[in-house]
Amino acid sequence: MSTATDTVPASGAYEPGSHPDLAPPPGTTGPIRWMKDNLFSSPLSTVLTLISVYIVYTVVTSAGSWLVLDAVISADSREACQAIDSGACWAVIVSRFNLSIYGFYPDAERWRLNLAFILLFVALGPILFDNFPARKHMMKFSMAYPVIAYFLVVGGMGLEPVSTHLFGGVMLTLVIGLTGITCSLPIGILLALGRYSKLPVMRMVCTMFIEFIRGVPLIALLFVASVMLNYFLPPGVEFDLLFRVLIMVTFFASAYMAEVIRGGLQSMPKGQFEAADAMGLTYWQAMRLIILPQALKVSIPGIVNTFIGLYKDTTLVLIIGLLDVLGIMRSSLADPKWNGLAHEVYLYTAIFFFISCFAMSRYSLYLERKLHTGHKR
Amino acid sequence: MSTATVSSTDQGFSLLRLWRNKESRSVIIQIITVAVLFAFFAFLISNAATNLERIGKNYNFAFLWEASNYDISQTMIAYTSQSSNFQAMIVGILNTLMVAIFGIITATLLGFFMGVVRLSNNFVANRMVYCVIEFIRNVPVLLHIVLIYGIVVNVLPHPKAAMNLADTFFLSNRGLYFPAPEFGDAFIFVTISFVAGIIGAFLFARHAHKVQDDTGKALPVFWASLGFIIGLPVVVYFISGMPLEWIPATQGKFNLKGGMPLKPEFLALWLALSVYTACFIAEIVRAGIVAIDYGQTEAAHALGISSGRSTQLVIIPQALRVIIPPLTSQYLNLTKNSSLAIAVGYMDIMGTIGGVSLNQTGREMECMTIVLVLYLAMSLMISAFMNWYNSRIKLVER
Repeated sequence: MSTATDTVPASGAYEPGSHPDLAPPPGTTGPIRWMKDNLFSSPLSTVLTLISVYIVYTVVTSAGSWLVLDAVISADSREACQAIDSGACWAVIVSRFNLSIYGFYPDAERWRLNLAFILLFVALGPILFDNFPARKHMMKFSMAYPVIAYFLVVGGMGLEPVSTHLFGGVMLTLVIGLTGITCSLPIGILLALGRYSKLPVMRMVCTMFIEFIRGVPLIALLFVASVMLNYFLPPGVEFDLLFRVLIMVTFFASAYMAEVIRGGLQSMPKGQFEAADAMGLTYWQAMRLIILPQALKVSIPGIVNTFIGLYKDTTLVLIIGLLDVLGIMRSSLADPKWNGLAHEVYLYTAIFFFISCFAMSRYSLYLERKLHTGHKR
Repeated sequence: MSTATVSSTDQGFSLLRLWRNKESRSVIIQIITVAVLFAFFAFLISNAATNLERIGKNYNFAFLWEASNYDISQTMIAYTSQSSNFQAMIVGILNTLMVAIFGIITATLLGFFMGVVRLSNNFVANRMVYCVIEFIRNVPVLLHIVLIYGIVVNVLPHPKAAMNLADTFFLSNRGLYFPAPEFGDAFIFVTISFVAGIIGAFLFARHAHKVQDDTGKALPVFWASLGFIIGLPVVVYFISGMPLEWIPATQGKFNLKGGMPLKPEFLALWLALSVYTACFIAEIVRAGIVAIDYGQTEAAHALGISSGRSTQLVIIPQALRVIIPPLTSQYLNLTKNSSLAIAVGYMDIMGTIGGVSLNQTGREMECMTIVLVLYLAMSLMISAFMNWYNSRIKLVER
């Protein structure tokens, strides 16, 4: 009150709307107030802040010196590393870097993987971002990409064929992850439609398939792929291990995808189905033009989450003997030269997965924001 | 009307008509589906039969009763290498259940704790937990398991120099050793009083509910239950002359003796699964509580309900409705992920019947059938239980 009276002009009153803006009351803004609100709002909060700061400080200082300051980048073996400094021995990563990316793929053919990897981004661009230049035409390339990538990676059409048991490292992770992701989406959509269908037989078959796959762990399915699947093929026919694994991974992801999409289908109001019927659309027309575009939009976050899960689950193939990025890095621990450098090796793999999965989850958040058309608080 | 009058020239026409009719078409499609599926499975089974015959194998489960010829380091029932494969399977099931139950409990506690910290307005704690959650969630669980196993086996000291907490707990690269409980004869009274305490707490809660309905007076249910369930057994324990002794492990020359060991394989699996799942649970809890409109809190305060009570009576029950379904799938994931035990050699279902037994007997088909059926049964049971719980707390609509 007293501050207000100080500024009241001699005439005693302001014209309406002519009062000058006053500074906010002291102590309601500024860094001090922010700290009071966000760090020391109560005794419990103060304790929490102190503990957290202590943890962050210890972790950052000890990790910083181990990871960077005391780390060794070039050395020939673990002993050589330890002779130089006490920190992380990144030399193991440096010496194994190419192996961790390309696996045992022949040196002379590695340009094909590089090309396939670059083309992957060209193909993904128009799918991921709708303001991509010349999106319509580029989309055709995206559709053709799986075929191109197949020939580049496996060989054929004039390129020298490469046996699948030379696959490994990041390249194998990407092959399994991307194949699973690409194939599981259409199969998942069909399964979801089947489970949501009015035909009892369809519904039963799809429900049983989905529940069976979701009820067993992926590792059990991979074991089925590795020891059991060849029994079910006609005598004389044998699929190679990678192909069997791809079948199982695709089935596994499809079942989860189907459940995510079913959630989207169930969120559709009944009026949408009835309106499509009233327009005289057939079942497939109604699904393609009315229902699925809306249902898929609703389920995009779930779909991306399933992708991330699948991508992380590709590590499981190491248990049945395929050397993905984790498997191939882990095998370097058995090398007497680098024996015992588990932390460096696992950290490297963890960072690889973190970057790819974090990017995917950020993209999902971006999509959620873009597609969000309702109100926001 | 009647098919008898349709002449052979009309046959094609009537089939077309059947196809154009929506109802009959759906019947045709379903019949075709069943036929195709039937043919497909018949094809698979006949292939399997030929292939098995070709290499001179058959499909029977007699091997389950033969001696397993391998040892298991952590067993909850009596088991030697002379026990049957069936017993090995039981050991595997119990080990899977043990790691799943331990994991679910710690993951839930840790997850709720981290979720609440994520909701607090404490900037440093909030950001720190956020970074931890994001990092752990985006790294495969298998990597966590092998990493923690590596730390336990390589970094922790040898048993001789085990980390020692008051001569009771020992932590070494052979695992974590708890003191083993030794029950006296009178311990049965403590057990009885514990059961009686639970029944007493239950009855008191019902009584308190009735009193509150009749008079509006709230009885201290929480403290009374605590007294019944914890206090009563403790009192009985002291009266009956402390019939429980904790015998810690002793440090031998090369290994720790006695005590109750948690093997490194179990520790790695348990910790990795708990931490990994806890991060997902934390996000679920946070999302569930954020989903409750702030108006609910305001309404509760307007009715004069205290802050703690409003959280307990208004916010949590509503948040649980959002939290339970995704929490169920996290529990299922944890149980299924426990099969990754095979990566560190923990003998669960996958390690016993689906691993060593399979390799030693060469009965892939039978072993994998058992593994699939067991996991399927376990998943169905967990989801049945959580569905029951979910329907109990579901919003009752008019």
